[in-house]
Amino acid sequence: MADFDQELDASGLNCPLPILRAKKTLNGMESGKVLHIIATDPGSVKDFEAFSKQTGNELMESKEVGGKFEFLIKKG
Amino acid sequence: MSDMKKLAIIATKGSLDWAYPPFILASTASALGYDTEIFFTFYGLQLLKKNLDLEVTPLGNPGMPMPMGMDKWFPVLGLTLPGMQGMMTSMMKKKMASKGVASLPELRDLCQEAEVRLVACQMTVDLFEMNTAEFIDGVEYAGAAAFFEFAGESDICLYI
Repeated sequence: MADFDQELDASGLNCPLPILRAKKTLNGMESGKVLHIIATDPGSVKDFEAFSKQTGNELMESKEVGGKFEFLIKKG
Repeated sequence: MSDMKKLAIIATKGSLDWAYPPFILASTASALGYDTEIFFTFYGLQLLKKNLDLEVTPLGNPGMPMPMGMDKWFPVLGLTLPGMQGMMTSMMKKKMASKGVASLPELRDLCQEAEVRLVACQMTVDLFEMNTAEFIDGVEYAGAAAFFEFAGESDICLYI
């Protein structure tokens, strides 16, 4: 997984909390910085795709690692 | 005029389960950049109380999943027993907490943080003689015409 600037562990949280926490964290970051998110909600895979499309933050990577879902989002 | 998308929601229900859709959708929409307003009317006004004391009822709701085959042990009439609603409510809350589902106060706080406008129906407040001191801060009071001013410009409008 590529480098990132900040990390958010949303494990155990259910919809819509991973998205809301990610949004909040991104709000405090500068444009171009990368956020690494870890989630256990299987719905978060589609949700982070949709979130990125609608907010102009780039979803650089989305993968499953040992039953957890990991995302890299670059702030737009 | 802003070029943000707009979401208008009418929240009419005051039970624990039905309190979720307005707050989930409004908080998520805000995270996606929507300008969002919820208009609370009739039983939906319960969702504005500082002390959220909402319950869930299995009565009149054959779609509600019942734990431990309770629907077999307690057919409809059994569900009217005193204490049943309180028990179902506490089981539902435990279940939600164990699944990482946000609590209602948390979701409502997130809505307020995200500047979702919470509007209470003045008519219903008067009708039920509700004490607005019991409501959270930041609530606006208005009527149907004010709702349409926002909803008429909205991209999505939901009645819940």
